[in-house]
Amino acid sequence: MSARRQFSLGGCLEVSAAWMLAVLWISPLLYAFWAGFHPPQFATRFELFAPLTFANFAVVWDQAPFVQYFINTFTLVTSILAVQFVLCTLAAYAFARFEFWGKDVAFALVLVQLMIMPEVLIVENYTIMSKLGYVDTIAGIGLPYMASAFGIFLLRQSFKIIPKELDDAARIEGCSLMQILWKVYIPLSRSTYLAYGLVSVSYHWNNFLWPLVITNSVETRPLTVGLAIFGAPESGVDWSLISAATLLSVAPLLIAFLLFQRQFVQSFMHAGIK
Amino acid sequence: MKTNANFMNHVYGWLLLLPAAVFLLAFTHYPTVATLVQSLFSEGTAIRPSVFVGLENYQMLAEDDIFWKVLGNNMWYALGTIPTSIGLAVLMAVWVNRRLPARGLVRMAYFTPTILPMIAVANIWLFFYTPQIGLFDQIGAAVGLPSQNWLGDPDLVLSCLIVMTIWKEAGFFMIFYLAALQSLPEELNEAAYLEGAGRWYVFRRITWPLLMPTTLFVSINAVINSFKMVDHLFILTKGGPNNASSLLLYYIFEVAFSFFDESYAATLTVVLLALLALAAVGQFLFLEKRIHYR
Repeated sequence: MSARRQFSLGGCLEVSAAWMLAVLWISPLLYAFWAGFHPPQFATRFELFAPLTFANFAVVWDQAPFVQYFINTFTLVTSILAVQFVLCTLAAYAFARFEFWGKDVAFALVLVQLMIMPEVLIVENYTIMSKLGYVDTIAGIGLPYMASAFGIFLLRQSFKIIPKELDDAARIEGCSLMQILWKVYIPLSRSTYLAYGLVSVSYHWNNFLWPLVITNSVETRPLTVGLAIFGAPESGVDWSLISAATLLSVAPLLIAFLLFQRQFVQSFMHAGIK
Repeated sequence: MKTNANFMNHVYGWLLLLPAAVFLLAFTHYPTVATLVQSLFSEGTAIRPSVFVGLENYQMLAEDDIFWKVLGNNMWYALGTIPTSIGLAVLMAVWVNRRLPARGLVRMAYFTPTILPMIAVANIWLFFYTPQIGLFDQIGAAVGLPSQNWLGDPDLVLSCLIVMTIWKEAGFFMIFYLAALQSLPEELNEAAYLEGAGRWYVFRRITWPLLMPTTLFVSINAVINSFKMVDHLFILTKGGPNNASSLLLYYIFEVAFSFFDESYAATLTVVLLALLALAAVGQFLFLEKRIHYR
C-alpha cells in the first residue's frame, strides 16, 4: 500500500515540490557564497565559468578588525554559557527537588522572563548598566542573559523525570545535597545540557540589538554589530565584500551546524517540546 | 528532628534559587517596574529635573501619529509572517517526515536560515531587493517586468520584510512540528487509510488537531518574535521610507538612543510589554479550547 502511494503521480509531484522548496530555501545562502568567492564584477552576473577568488575575504580581513570581533563574540558566548549553566542548574535543582515557601510564586516570576526578554527592556537596562559602570563592556552585554528562565525551565523538566529512588540511594550512601546534584542529576541530564548549550550559543552568537545598544568600541563589539557597521552604506555598497564579511561571521556556526546537523536539529527539537 | 529537616528544605531551596533570582530581579523585574514608573515622569534635563506628570506621556502617545503607524506596521508584520510561516512549517515537516530521496539535505535546506543571524540575512536580502541590479529586478527584467524600488516604496517595503522573515522562521517552526509528527502513533494513520480516508482528510481531521499543542507553542513564539525581532531594520530600511517599515521596538530604540527621550521610550515600552502579555494570555485562552481532544 505504501509502495503504491510512493510511486503514484501525486507522490512524484510532492517530492518535486519538496525539492523545489528546498532549493528555493537554500538559494539565498548559495548566492552569498557565489558573491563572496567571485570577483566583484561577477557579483550580479551569473556565469558558470567565472573565476574563483579569495581576494574578497582578504580585503574584508584587512578593512575591519574581525579578529577582535571574533574574540569578543567568543568570550561573550562562552562566559554567558558558563554562568547560565551554573545559575540555571542551581535554580532548577531547587524547583525540581525542594519544597520551599513561595515556590509557586517564585516559579511564576521566573517564567515572566520567557515573555519579557532582555531585548524588550533595552532602555531601562541601559540605565542600569550605566549606573553599574558596565556600559561598553562584554560583561554588560552578558549580564541580562545570565539567569535564563528558559534554561531553568528546561533543566527543571529534565531533573523532575529522574527517578526519586536514585536521589534516595545517593542520600543513603551519604552524599550531600550538592554531591547528589553533581553525581546524579547533572550526568543524567547531559542531553538537556547539550540542547540548551547549542540553543544558547547560537542565540548569543547571533544576538544584535542589545549588544548594539551597550557597546561602542572595537574592543567590546561582537561580530553581529561589527558586521552591521561594515555593511553600512557609508562604506560604499560592494556586494562581494559584504557577502564575504557575512560568510566570515556566520562561518563558525554554519560549519558547526553542517558537521553536527543531527545534534543541532535534535537539540532545538528537544528544547522546544518540553 | 523532622521539622528541622523540613525547615532546612526551605532554606536550601531559597539558597539554590538565590543567585538566579538576583539576576532576574536586577535585569527583568526591576527594569519592568522601573519602566512603568518612568513612564509617569517627564524627561529630566540639565536645567529641568524629571517630575511626576501622571498620564501625560500616555496622552502624548495617543496623539503621536508615528506611534500609531508603527503599531499598525507591527500588526501587519505579525499577521503577514505568522500564519504563512506556520503553514509552511507544517508543510515542510510533513514532507521531511515522509520517505523522500535525500531527506537529510532537504531538511538541512529548510533549517539553515534558522542558524543565521538576522543581520547576515538582511545583508544578503538587501542585494535581492536592490533596484536594477538586485536579484528580484534581474528576474523581473528577464520576464519583462519593470524595475521596482522594493525597499523605497512605502506600499511594498513591509511586504518585503515579511517575505524575508517567513524565509528565516519557517524552518525553525518546522522542527517543532517534525518532533510532534514523529511522536504521533503510526497506527492512527494506518487505521484511517484502511478505512479509505484520503490523505488530506486524515491530515485535517486527525493530524492537525493532534498538533494543536505544538501550534500553541509555535504561535506564542512567533508573536513574541514579531515584536522583538527588529535587527533587519538596521540594515535594510532604518524604519523608512517615512516610517513605513518601522516596528515598535525599533521606534523605542530611536526614541531612546537617537532622540534621547527616555521617558517616552519607557511609555512605548509599557505598550510593548502589555502587548506581549496580551498575546500570551489571549492565545492560551483561545487555543486551549481546541487542544483537549483526548
